[in-house]
Amino acid sequence: MNLTLHIWRQGGPDQPGRMVRYDVKDVNEHSSFLEMLDVLNQQLIEKGDDPIAFDHDCREGICGSCGFVINGEAHGPLPKTTVCQLHMRHFKSGDTLHLEPWRSRAFPVLKDLMVNRSAFDRIIQAGGYISVSTGSAPEANLTPIPKPLADRAFEAAECIGCGACVAQCPNGAANLFTGAKVAHLNLLPQGQAERETRAVGMVEQMEQEGFGSCSNFAECEAVCPKGISIDNIARMNRDYLKAKLQGVNRLVVVGA
Amino acid sequence: MAWFTDFSKAAIGKKAVMAVSGIILFGFVLVHMIGNLHLYEGPGHLDEYGQFLRHMGAPALPPNGALWIARLVLLSAVVLHIWSAWQVTLMNRAARPTDYTYRPQVHTTYAARTMRWGGAIILLFVIYHLLHFTTGTVHPSFEEGAVYHNVVAGFSVWWVSLFYIVAQLALGLHLYHGVWSLFQSLGWSHPRFNLWRNGLAQAFAWIVTLGNISFPIAVLTGLVR
Repeated sequence: MNLTLHIWRQGGPDQPGRMVRYDVKDVNEHSSFLEMLDVLNQQLIEKGDDPIAFDHDCREGICGSCGFVINGEAHGPLPKTTVCQLHMRHFKSGDTLHLEPWRSRAFPVLKDLMVNRSAFDRIIQAGGYISVSTGSAPEANLTPIPKPLADRAFEAAECIGCGACVAQCPNGAANLFTGAKVAHLNLLPQGQAERETRAVGMVEQMEQEGFGSCSNFAECEAVCPKGISIDNIARMNRDYLKAKLQGVNRLVVVGA
Repeated sequence: MAWFTDFSKAAIGKKAVMAVSGIILFGFVLVHMIGNLHLYEGPGHLDEYGQFLRHMGAPALPPNGALWIARLVLLSAVVLHIWSAWQVTLMNRAARPTDYTYRPQVHTTYAARTMRWGGAIILLFVIYHLLHFTTGTVHPSFEEGAVYHNVVAGFSVWWVSLFYIVAQLALGLHLYHGVWSLFQSLGWSHPRFNLWRNGLAQAFAWIVTLGNISFPIAVLTGLVR
């Protein structure tokens, strides 16, 4: 199959970028989207051109490293799939595809399709953990957890932090990511001690990073490769509002 | 005041302000529509209802007392609603300084995407509506207290009625996304009732919209004269 690609090329964080056209011939329909780009990059390198930079790691759809926007859709047209697991058989020969990096003030472009997602790390640092005493591991069955709660926490914990939610949101909001991370721990008994400070800390860090606000469009849920539900955003909102009404303030401010 | 500033600093706090002011306004549009159904009972009943609103709370409150309290509450709700919308809009514009060159695919509803412009249409409508039926400034033959006459004469102008109908459709879309959205914004989410939220929002929007649209249509078709 043959494709026409329009790819965002940008030399570095402070350099201007533009869409560049590439005609790709004889694409193997069994290759993944990233493998197709690998082949294109090999051709670029052989010609002495700069290869297209994109993030990737496991290529199994579970690490959250990869991701860019294909024809206006984060991770491309296939639901619940990261670009590394998106295979070329889902496209037709002759298709024209536009590849762009995640667009958000909080995710500055590093190069081409690669963005800096450190903002997510700082949100985690602001409360996405539980504090435990070191020592030998506690007995695993000591804390009973009702099955429905365990299921909901697990569904929230599926978030791989790829950033597709931010990319697709018309507001560039990170509420699905932060909501999933807050809900994951706040649903579990182990998360209760820091429940309020976690919600306040992570939400206010998210604001500080320059993400937008939630308009309840549910665009994020539609493109999330893990199918994280916006119910988690409601859980975060409830915990945040309750904590604020109780006068809880955040404990730490992360980053500059 | 310091408490409010801290509470509404984050967008989630602002959205809570938007949701709570929205609940007040939802209550108002529903009661306003139900009250207006007196139109179908004839001139006596509708004018009497107008008198009742003016004398609510008597003798504890002076004439128009309860009316002005309600107006102040509604005005505060409108101001807070628009203020929070304005604030989050500025924030959202700033959050994506570079647009996508390829138009993003849309998964959300038409109602959700038109909240801002729909809200602006509703605001313009409310201003016109007040000048039309409350002060009578833009009404062809306004008579203080003659509610039935004012409604029938007002809606007899076809383009005025058309504007009312368009505005009510905008209101219906705004209510649909608004009612559904407030559950999310305030964190009222539970697997047990989440399936009902969409149905409730749709039912609320349809009831208010159809009720309100029926008034100009009833006048234009001669059902109410």
